[in-house]
Amino acid sequence: MTAELKQPKITVRNLNFYYGNFHALKQINLNIDEGKVTAFIGPSGCGKSTLLRTFNRMYGLYPKLRAEGEINMNGRNILDSGVDLNMLRAKVGMVFQKPTPFPMSIYDNIAFGVKLYENLNKADMDDRVEWALQKAALWGEVKDKLKQSGLGLSGGQQQRLCIARAVSVKPEVLLLDEPTSALDPISTAHIEELVHELKQDYTIAIVTHNMQQAARVSDYTAYMYLGELVEVGETDSIFTTPKKKATEDYITGKFG
Amino acid sequence: MTSQEQRLKAQKIQDQIFRGSTRFFAFLVLVLLLGIIGSLIWGAMPALKAFGFGFLFSGDWNPVTEQFGGLNSITGTLLSSFIALLIGVPVSFGIAIFLTELSPVWLRRPLGMAIELLAGVPSIIYGMWGLFIFAPWFADNIQPKLTSWTEGIPLLGSLFQGPPMGIGMFSAGLILSIMVIPFIASVMRDVFEVVPPMLKESAYGLGCTTWEVVWNVVLPYTKNGVIGGVMLGLGRALGETMAVTFVIGNAQRSIESLFDPATSIAATLANEFTEATGELHTGALIELGLLLFVITFIVLSLSKLLLLRLQRNEGANA
Amino acid sequence: MNLYLRRRIVNYISLALSMLAMAFGLFWLLWILYTLVKNGLGGLTPALLYMETPAPGSPGGLANAIVGSLAMAGMGTLIGTPIGILAGTYLAEFGQRGWLAPTTRFINDILLSAPSIVIGLFIYEVYVRQVGHFSGWAGAFALSLLVIPVVVRTTENMLRLVPSAMREAAYALGAPQWKMVLLISLRAAKAGVVTGILLAVARISGETAPLLFTSLNNQFFSNMNQPMANLPVVIFQYAMSPYEDWHALAWAGSLLIGVFVLGINILARTLVRNPSQH
Repeated sequence: MTAELKQPKITVRNLNFYYGNFHALKQINLNIDEGKVTAFIGPSGCGKSTLLRTFNRMYGLYPKLRAEGEINMNGRNILDSGVDLNMLRAKVGMVFQKPTPFPMSIYDNIAFGVKLYENLNKADMDDRVEWALQKAALWGEVKDKLKQSGLGLSGGQQQRLCIARAVSVKPEVLLLDEPTSALDPISTAHIEELVHELKQDYTIAIVTHNMQQAARVSDYTAYMYLGELVEVGETDSIFTTPKKKATEDYITGKFG
Repeated sequence: MTSQEQRLKAQKIQDQIFRGSTRFFAFLVLVLLLGIIGSLIWGAMPALKAFGFGFLFSGDWNPVTEQFGGLNSITGTLLSSFIALLIGVPVSFGIAIFLTELSPVWLRRPLGMAIELLAGVPSIIYGMWGLFIFAPWFADNIQPKLTSWTEGIPLLGSLFQGPPMGIGMFSAGLILSIMVIPFIASVMRDVFEVVPPMLKESAYGLGCTTWEVVWNVVLPYTKNGVIGGVMLGLGRALGETMAVTFVIGNAQRSIESLFDPATSIAATLANEFTEATGELHTGALIELGLLLFVITFIVLSLSKLLLLRLQRNEGANA
Repeated sequence: MNLYLRRRIVNYISLALSMLAMAFGLFWLLWILYTLVKNGLGGLTPALLYMETPAPGSPGGLANAIVGSLAMAGMGTLIGTPIGILAGTYLAEFGQRGWLAPTTRFINDILLSAPSIVIGLFIYEVYVRQVGHFSGWAGAFALSLLVIPVVVRTTENMLRLVPSAMREAAYALGAPQWKMVLLISLRAAKAGVVTGILLAVARISGETAPLLFTSLNNQFFSNMNQPMANLPVVIFQYAMSPYEDWHALAWAGSLLIGVFVLGINILARTLVRNPSQH
């Protein structure tokens, strides 16, 4: 398999996750390859979003949540308490289920993230904002209204703005947590095209409810159920010749 | 890269400073409370030492002989607040029912706002109005009637005796009731609105009248919240200063009729504090302040606990 | 049928009483507003704004009291607001764990309704007595203590309305907490926080009791280190006096405060209703 040839970007080893006493992720082992799109599918509550949120330790915001095991990225276990979270999150961008534009102008939405890490002069910042919006295929639609509020955009545009914002700080990994679940079909198609474009530069992990979407956008697919990783492999083989009965049932719609 | 690391380091320190300062100011709010209690005890020390517990039970208040007892002021505060609740609670209940069950929807907002504005009127305006407008009108039109109607009725008659002066304990209580109505009514309205519509609908579905739904379903469901709101109003009434000072009559004596001029803790403080001479007089006044704070603290804590319990139940049912 | 009739009668009586209660509440509001306008309007002259408070029988205005009130309310707001916002931020953003946040929340709610005259006594004890004289600063400190609980409460409530996804999005970019709070959360909650500050200003503008023992009064203009005139205390003293012309000034002052306070209240409410675009 090609997966063995390249060094994986993220390796998950024996990961367990708890919400208080609830055991939400059980012994997860997984590689996420560099420059590829890995999709996570499974019924609601199977832990796919939880898994995604361990990659940037977003769970740390809330009390009573804890993770055990290893998630190695660039040769370091990011679950170590010594890891600088801001640094980690600079390298791992995230886009959420619902668009989350900040209450500021379109320009400032992008500049906010960039300013966290770099001191750019006005011209360089302008370039960076344009670059990020180009990457997110939004530049053409907003270039004349950069000073307007980000909240004034349509849902699909807002989500692309959030992608631009995540891309603007030049992360290595992009986490997409059901990025199209709140969007109409046309906006969804836009975002999916975008994922294709972006995987040339980034390692992408996407959680989705929609199996067709996983089939369309991903190179690898992981099927999860009740906190366990049931099967993971190349998307084509998962959808055509799944090895496990449970995966097949889910994919063919006998289940969930 | 090093510049980025430096930046992250700086951010970390800034974060600690920021978190630390928000925590410091949150802590300051606590310190404030302790400071208030501590400073009042300190200031009241001369009087505490001189009079001990007797302060609570003596009505003797004489700056000339330096004899001080807080009984008249304490009774005045409690009695005027009691009158305020006696009038205010049923009226607030009626207003809350009107706003949640009866009023046409388009009227709810403006009427609710009008009631809330009543809460926003500064108390000094209540005082002005009470002294110059309400008291004379009350003395001319209401007081004589109340006196003649209740004359001869055993207990009630003695309560409404005396010359019609307009100012006095009853006027203070009445004006206080007008002041607390908005607080109580808006809490009641808010808690009535949390009753699940399904619950009310199933009662209406049985053929209950509006009143029966309110009395048998809404009120039991929101009992704690309603009591909490009443206590909140009581807390307000106990501490109200200006409106009471204007109309209570400011007389340091024990009263026989509700029409007699009287005093309350807050009114005594407002009238005498800046003119008090001598450690003992000031100390006695501060001790009154301390008592007022302790009483309101207890009342407000109870109200808060009851409202919290309502919230928790609501959470458990949801 | 008899029972049915009785139930209906009980219902009608109680509903009629409820309407009566509503009318009772509105009756006082209208009566108070009416007398305020009727008695205050006559005293509203230009002299009110440029002449100092007079001795009985001579012409005068409320200029020093108006300025004093504005100065003390302004300083009180300036001191109390940042403290309130920071404490409220702690409760909403950082206080998930530990005892401090629940305790502070509880105490703050009590301070919110604590008798304002006691706050005056407190400042008298810790400040006026220490420096040895009444002053405008003492008044401002007392008022700031009334501002803090209002601002703490509204800041916390408004921050809680900010969707947590927005916070996560900022953290996901690696934003430090202080930037997330100042630039994202508080910005999103801006309209609500401003409303809280306005309500606090409305509250302290009409407060008399805490000023009686802190700023006292002054017949003339003064600086913040001297006893300072202010509208509520002037109104109190003039109303309690036997002089007709002082009464007229007291009414005019009441109308000024009444219009100011009710105006801010209405402004604050409309702000909540249509939170403006940032």
